[in-house]
Amino acid sequence: MRILLIFLLFLAGCGDAWNDPYPADERGKSILYSAFIERPKHLDPVQSYTEDEAKFTQQVYEPPLQYHYLKRPYELVPLTTVGIPRPQAVEGGKYTVYEVRIRPGIRYQPHPAFVESNFSLGTKTIESLKTPYELPLGTRELTADDYIYQIKRLAHPRLHSPILGLMSEYIVGLDALARRLKEEKQGGWLDLRKFSLEGVERVDTYTFRVKLNGSYPQFVYWLAMPFFAPVPWEAEKFFEQAGMAEKNFTLDWWPVGTGAFMLTENNPNSRMVLERNPNFRGEPYPGEGEPGDREAGLLADAGKTMPFVDRVVFSREKESIPYWNKFLQGYFDASAIPSDTFDQAVRISVEGDAGLTPEMESRGIQLRTSVDTTILYFGFNWLDNVVGGTSERARKLRQAISIAVDWEEFIAIFLNGRGLVAQDPLAPGIFGQREGEQGINPVTHVWRDGAARRRPIEEARKLLAEAGFPDGRDAKTGEPLVLYLDTVGRGPGDKPRFDWWRRQLAKLAIQLEIRDTDWNRFQEKIRKGSQQLYILGWNADYPDPENFLFLLHGAQAKVKTQGENASNYSNAEFDALFERMKNIPNSPERQRLIDRMVEIVRRDSPWLWGYHPKTYALAHAWMQNGKPNNMARNNLKYLRVDVAKREAMRREWNRPVIWPFVLLLLGVALSAVPAILAYRRRERMAARPV
Amino acid sequence: MLAYVVRRALYAIPILVGINLITFALFFLVNTPDDMARMQLGQKRVTPEAIQKWKAERGYDKPLFFNDGSLTNTIFFEKSIRLFAFDFGRAEDNRDIANEIRQRMGPSLALAIPVFLVGLAVNITFALGMAFFRATYLDLWGVVLCVAMMSISTLFYIIGGQYLISKLWHLVPISGYAGGADAAKFVVLPALIGVFGGIGAGSRWYRTLFLEEMTRDYVRTARAKGLGEGAVMFRHVLKNAMIPILTGVVAVIPLLFMGSLLSESFFGIPGLGSYTIDAIQAQDFAVVRAMVFIGSVLYILGLLLTDLSYTLVDPRVRLD
Repeated sequence: MRILLIFLLFLAGCGDAWNDPYPADERGKSILYSAFIERPKHLDPVQSYTEDEAKFTQQVYEPPLQYHYLKRPYELVPLTTVGIPRPQAVEGGKYTVYEVRIRPGIRYQPHPAFVESNFSLGTKTIESLKTPYELPLGTRELTADDYIYQIKRLAHPRLHSPILGLMSEYIVGLDALARRLKEEKQGGWLDLRKFSLEGVERVDTYTFRVKLNGSYPQFVYWLAMPFFAPVPWEAEKFFEQAGMAEKNFTLDWWPVGTGAFMLTENNPNSRMVLERNPNFRGEPYPGEGEPGDREAGLLADAGKTMPFVDRVVFSREKESIPYWNKFLQGYFDASAIPSDTFDQAVRISVEGDAGLTPEMESRGIQLRTSVDTTILYFGFNWLDNVVGGTSERARKLRQAISIAVDWEEFIAIFLNGRGLVAQDPLAPGIFGQREGEQGINPVTHVWRDGAARRRPIEEARKLLAEAGFPDGRDAKTGEPLVLYLDTVGRGPGDKPRFDWWRRQLAKLAIQLEIRDTDWNRFQEKIRKGSQQLYILGWNADYPDPENFLFLLHGAQAKVKTQGENASNYSNAEFDALFERMKNIPNSPERQRLIDRMVEIVRRDSPWLWGYHPKTYALAHAWMQNGKPNNMARNNLKYLRVDVAKREAMRREWNRPVIWPFVLLLLGVALSAVPAILAYRRRERMAARPV
Repeated sequence: MLAYVVRRALYAIPILVGINLITFALFFLVNTPDDMARMQLGQKRVTPEAIQKWKAERGYDKPLFFNDGSLTNTIFFEKSIRLFAFDFGRAEDNRDIANEIRQRMGPSLALAIPVFLVGLAVNITFALGMAFFRATYLDLWGVVLCVAMMSISTLFYIIGGQYLISKLWHLVPISGYAGGADAAKFVVLPALIGVFGGIGAGSRWYRTLFLEEMTRDYVRTARAKGLGEGAVMFRHVLKNAMIPILTGVVAVIPLLFMGSLLSESFFGIPGLGSYTIDAIQAQDFAVVRAMVFIGSVLYILGLLLTDLSYTLVDPRVRLD
């Protein structure tokens, strides 16, 4: 007990808030506190492809373009370039050339790779380092060669770029370079400057051209991703020194960029720290947004130089309960809302509008919502002889099920209303997606009283009967219709969800067997096409209809080509329209093509269109300029923190409450008294019981 | 004694081979090298060529156990043989496993040592108390309390402790970790919960040991000679109960390095327990294999130390 009291006194000496998880010297500083759940796997821009990684890489690396932070629909703007590269058709459209001109004067973050003497470090020196930043640091100007070097890295034999396959189809000579590099000796630094890449040309120090096979208008979106961010050759050479990898000093873990921040502490098990890049050129906060942004205070910093915070501290929180409680205590500046605590944070009005609970409002917490550029869907396997194919029988069966499955109810029950029923594959905010009455799926919904209403179940039953399954039985054999859903289980908590699925099909007297499996087996079934029904999702790479509609393109059929069309859907007219649509810019003509494509797939119903998830995020009153952006992950430079307000609120919310603990200790001490008395009594007894 | 130690070390080799074989078989029963490649390469735009390349680079393109009559040119042999030289290689995310283990050992021990030592002291004290008051209401209610505490899930203690001490009373951080002296404020709550959660089972076990000792002739003799009950308990019963206590205690000392799977995850302590859980979730066979191997080695070491410790507490024991 004495030790505990001493410990309490020790804590009392630590400052006002005993439960502050951060070092005392960080108090009052312009630091943004955030969390990460999954540890990143790769921070090399040539490999990194997940959101968990993008939150780090996109603060450090600067591809040529970025998305406008405030405007919607999403709009590309220059990041390091002068203007947006425009496609130029050459040789009669056989090739397309993009000329990328970067701005002069952009400099890299301080890094040891830019100091010549650091290329010949001894193993003892390397062993003694805790971070590479203990070495002498240097910098240099960003040039077009760094972008070219990174494009060549896509073909590096020891790196696994997920877009090598895709880009090899388009960038002239990338495939040949990949084959050539494979023949090079393995191990050691592979200096890619020595190898030429036919489709990438250096024009001058600040300009390069990329030559693509045919036309690929979506290429410009890829120029906003870290895959096309510059990597200095010096960084590769520096990290390839013997002894570096054993210390986990690799380019995969220590990014080197020109962005607003640099990664200075790298412990993916516990804490990652980004610090302001002292060489960052400064970038003005945007002066325009969408309607409502000015009123929301999002333009108050217009024209001011970013970034606004000096440091961003990411702490690893694997469990949702501590994460949520630390947010409520003010130790994280923003948080998502875990399902378990949704009711504590948000209340949904009778009209269906989401608002904060009084408790959250009293803390000045702000709620930010946005619809993700994502779709979660329920697919039919086109190769299945019951639900798949172009027969009228199968189509009507799919349409009947499409009506019966009440996604509105699913969203209300399982997502706390955090979703929007999808009417087609396109997510809201994507060109081609129509809203309101024009946007409803006539197969499943009707427009009534100013809103989309699901068609009555009787219509589904009629369709089912027309499909040859009256009352859920095969009209010829009398056998009940049994369908099989393959899904990835997450444990006993899935039971209500599975029951719900069974109930939806039971409305049509269809029996649903759920084959709950792990992700690997599920993937295997999808690859082999042995599933009948399945549930999957897609998160857009870029805000273009091509990135959603290609999921139903015949050339992407999973079984045939291992592409992304998991339903193996095939429709010649859709495929032909897709080929035309993908190569033309957003225009009435493109809209017309998309309308027709959407009409085809709604009628064929290879998916139940599912829903688009809504993100509900909370931020404390002291955090400014926060606006959800599903495309841009380089958002930290825009954020501002009112440090004084945060300190005051933290102190107010975290005053230590000692009396219950002292009471508890006294209780324990007092409970020992009878035992002590009994002991002394026993010791004094002449005869003792045995 | 040296011969005994050498003999036990040699016995350990087939045991470790067996454990490695079982780990390998279990892992590849549910994961194929293709699954591992897909997990590491991500879910989007993964081509069959990329999977083949990933497997070939890491040696997962070979057969598991037999390769055209050869036992050596297989995944099992190539992945296992280096372990015996304590060369753990790289995790699938390309980080050096040995370096990770070195970094994570500290946080694991920072939590495990206080839980072990304080827990041992508390459990023995509580058990001695119950044994002292045997067959009284204090003993009865002590046992009832122990059974009740044993029946409650560790998760309940963790969530309840975090709620009361961190959320309501704001006494310590709810989760997180820092090195050096700052570790104390992060470790105190999980350590307290670890000790508290272990009282039920630990105290009951030690109480049983003490009660058994108390029926021995030497105890009766001590009492007949007029020794106080306190002296009997502390000087004689406790000392003679050391062999069964050591059996349980010394064997787990090396395993303290392995950390706690649950506490480390909930309290954000970047230790080896958390590392193992992450590796299982990420299907990182290199890390799983290394952690199981180290766990086995430490367990064998613990059992050896237990045997050696008998000679220290009981001069009659000889290891030949």
